[in-house]
Amino acid sequence: MSTAAVLLTVALGVLGLSLLLVTVRFLRGPSALDRLVSLDAIVAVVMCGLMAHVALTHDSATVPVVVAISLVGFLGSSTVARVVGRRGSAGGDGNGDEER
Amino acid sequence: MSALGPVLDVVGAVLVVLGALLALAAAVGLLRLPDVLSRMHAATKPQTAGLVLVVLGTALLLRTSADVWMLLLVGAFQLITAPVTAHLVGRLAYRSGGVRPDLLHRDDLAGRERPGPE
Repeated sequence: MSTAAVLLTVALGVLGLSLLLVTVRFLRGPSALDRLVSLDAIVAVVMCGLMAHVALTHDSATVPVVVAISLVGFLGSSTVARVVGRRGSAGGDGNGDEER
Repeated sequence: MSALGPVLDVVGAVLVVLGALLALAAAVGLLRLPDVLSRMHAATKPQTAGLVLVVLGTALLLRTSADVWMLLLVGAFQLITAPVTAHLVGRLAYRSGGVRPDLLHRDDLAGRERPGPE
């Protein structure tokens, strides 16, 4: 194994650990906005992991997948943000502030 | 160029490891910080800086034109869209009480934004 391969395997391990921690926050998160923030972080970590995998295997077939995930991730999180804002149940006290 | 190959491999791998460590720091922050705004502060680091580091590292390792441009597209798109989402989430968090006022040093929106829709 070359030095680069060892480093990339370590990076994949670190990314897996952080994915686990972020998922804990996603499951636990007291408000919908916490879940939204951690969902964004999950998408970012998954993209990093896919790119580390591409770098490790030198197999660039996964690169378009990363492009698609970045587009869909943005659409998803902004849509969820609007839905949460309209519902007005984002916060802890739920005092009913609505977004437009 | 061929003599430079292994060096570029190691530099790229080091960049990917740095991005992964940033993602780990963000995950720890996301677990331990107290309210929505500070969690968002932690979570947006890997979305921009960490992802750009990983993009650069992977591009240095692949070194083929089409893949490098596609990866740079991913990085640029993330740099454009991450602030939009963060802005939406921050505004919603402020309006719906996801911010702990005792943790703010100063609140520029106090008494201005709070009452109802614009």
